[in-house]
Amino acid sequence: MLEVRDITKTYNAGTVTETRLFEHFSLSVEEGQFVSIVGSNGSGKTSLLNIICGSIPVDGGDVLVAGESISRLKDYQRYATMGRVYQNPALGTCPNLTMLENLSLADNKGKSFGLGRGVNKKRIDFYRSELAGLGLGLEDKLHIKMGSLSGGQRQAVALLMATMTPLKFLILDEHTAALDPKTADIIMELTDRVVREKQLTAMMVTHNLRYAVEYGDRILMMSQGHVVMDKAGEEKRNTSMDDILALFNQISLQ
Amino acid sequence: MNLDLIVSTITQGLIYALVAFGVYITYTILDFPDLSVDGSFPLGAAVTAVLLVQGVNPWAALAAAIAAGILAGLATGVIHVVFHVRNLLAGIITQTALFSINLMVAGASNVPIGRGTDTIFTSGPAALLGDASLSTRRLVVSLVLVVVVKLVLDAYFRTKSGLLLRAVGDNSTLVTALGKNMGNVKILGLALSNGLVALAGGVVCQADKSFTATMGTGQVVFGLASVIIGISLFRKLSFVKGTTAVLVGSILYKACIQAAMQLGFDPFMLKFITAALFLLVLIVSGRKGEEIIHA
Repeated sequence: MLEVRDITKTYNAGTVTETRLFEHFSLSVEEGQFVSIVGSNGSGKTSLLNIICGSIPVDGGDVLVAGESISRLKDYQRYATMGRVYQNPALGTCPNLTMLENLSLADNKGKSFGLGRGVNKKRIDFYRSELAGLGLGLEDKLHIKMGSLSGGQRQAVALLMATMTPLKFLILDEHTAALDPKTADIIMELTDRVVREKQLTAMMVTHNLRYAVEYGDRILMMSQGHVVMDKAGEEKRNTSMDDILALFNQISLQ
Repeated sequence: MNLDLIVSTITQGLIYALVAFGVYITYTILDFPDLSVDGSFPLGAAVTAVLLVQGVNPWAALAAAIAAGILAGLATGVIHVVFHVRNLLAGIITQTALFSINLMVAGASNVPIGRGTDTIFTSGPAALLGDASLSTRRLVVSLVLVVVVKLVLDAYFRTKSGLLLRAVGDNSTLVTALGKNMGNVKILGLALSNGLVALAGGVVCQADKSFTATMGTGQVVFGLASVIIGISLFRKLSFVKGTTAVLVGSILYKACIQAAMQLGFDPFMLKFITAALFLLVLIVSGRKGEEIIHA
């Protein structure tokens, strides 16, 4: 489904602070797979997401979706078939627009933004039922400005918006890191449900090892631009938290 | 204060609300402090003056002014989006270049419009006003024009395109995530904004019956002041539309300037008073200059 092939990425090339992060890095993700990526700071996990999304340029290599290269596409063109939920809950929604306006924007993704009505009243019932599905009591707050909701509520709506239209790929960029532990659990639970229900291919970067172990069907651990652990399916289920923690402590000390 | 002065102040406030609408789109909605305004305002006036002198229909002349303003906005947008020039600098470049372009269009630094020339205040729909005085005609025509523009803008902000425009200033990351090129949306907003400002220039030209090359000086400040007064005044009343707030802000600001001038200042102190009052507005509303630039 998604393939990162032979990526080379150097930061601050030609200066004393030159850092070669990726050297001929490759990774492939199968359709319908939910991959969790863990690793210490600077391991390259966020850079990897940014490379896939086209937010940062690479020195060499290719990114393919369903066998086709997307390396020449600009970031906004790549997002046509990709969804992304960010660490910062403020990035997933427009604070000064109402929830209804936000949902309408997301609902229109992939279509033209012309002079038709911005909010389609016929869709309100659908939005209500989707919001009710979140279980946060948001279905009665359609006309409230997004900015007045809490971080957790915003993140839940951001998740809903990112997955509202058909996607090839969902990117979760430490999307629970800015939330309190209880809210983070709720969002993680929701994420898992959405990914399963919509049968999405997803990549989740997280600092929470427990989430990486409990959710998803493949776990990757990265360190200094390399994959140091890659377990999927049965093998992943047989991996305990202790095994992962032991390896994680080892790479963090390096 | 006599009645004539009140009528003329309200008329001015109405006409200049068109400038404020333009600034509202860039400054408030797009979060883009656009300085091209000082150039696109006289551009609209220059185009209008030249066409009126040649006997073109005054409403057609305004349409041409809008088109010219749209081109000016496109220029600022392309300089910023395609060539990655910072927003303030992109506006300054356009504004400076427009000074020469305006002179080129007008052919002189001052173009008077002859007494007998038809304007939007004397011909067309305004003929329905019969033998009303010129100041009444100006008031009525300006009022109708500004209300129509306001309603069209309000309707536009509710369309899909309008929603996307509001989203760009609010959270451009989301627009990218929707698979849309936020650069194009910004260019669209700048074009729309400068089209409105040039329309204002065209209307002022028809009201004052002249184009002068320096008539753009201070228009950005005027627009910003109107927007900030209007938005601050109605901040707590969320049901008041932004355009309504800005329209009221424009009339109030013109009234403040007029009141200050009545204290006996020389006419050449007008721009100083405009600037000083703007500073006062910033201080009172708690928005300092730094925020204007970096907001």
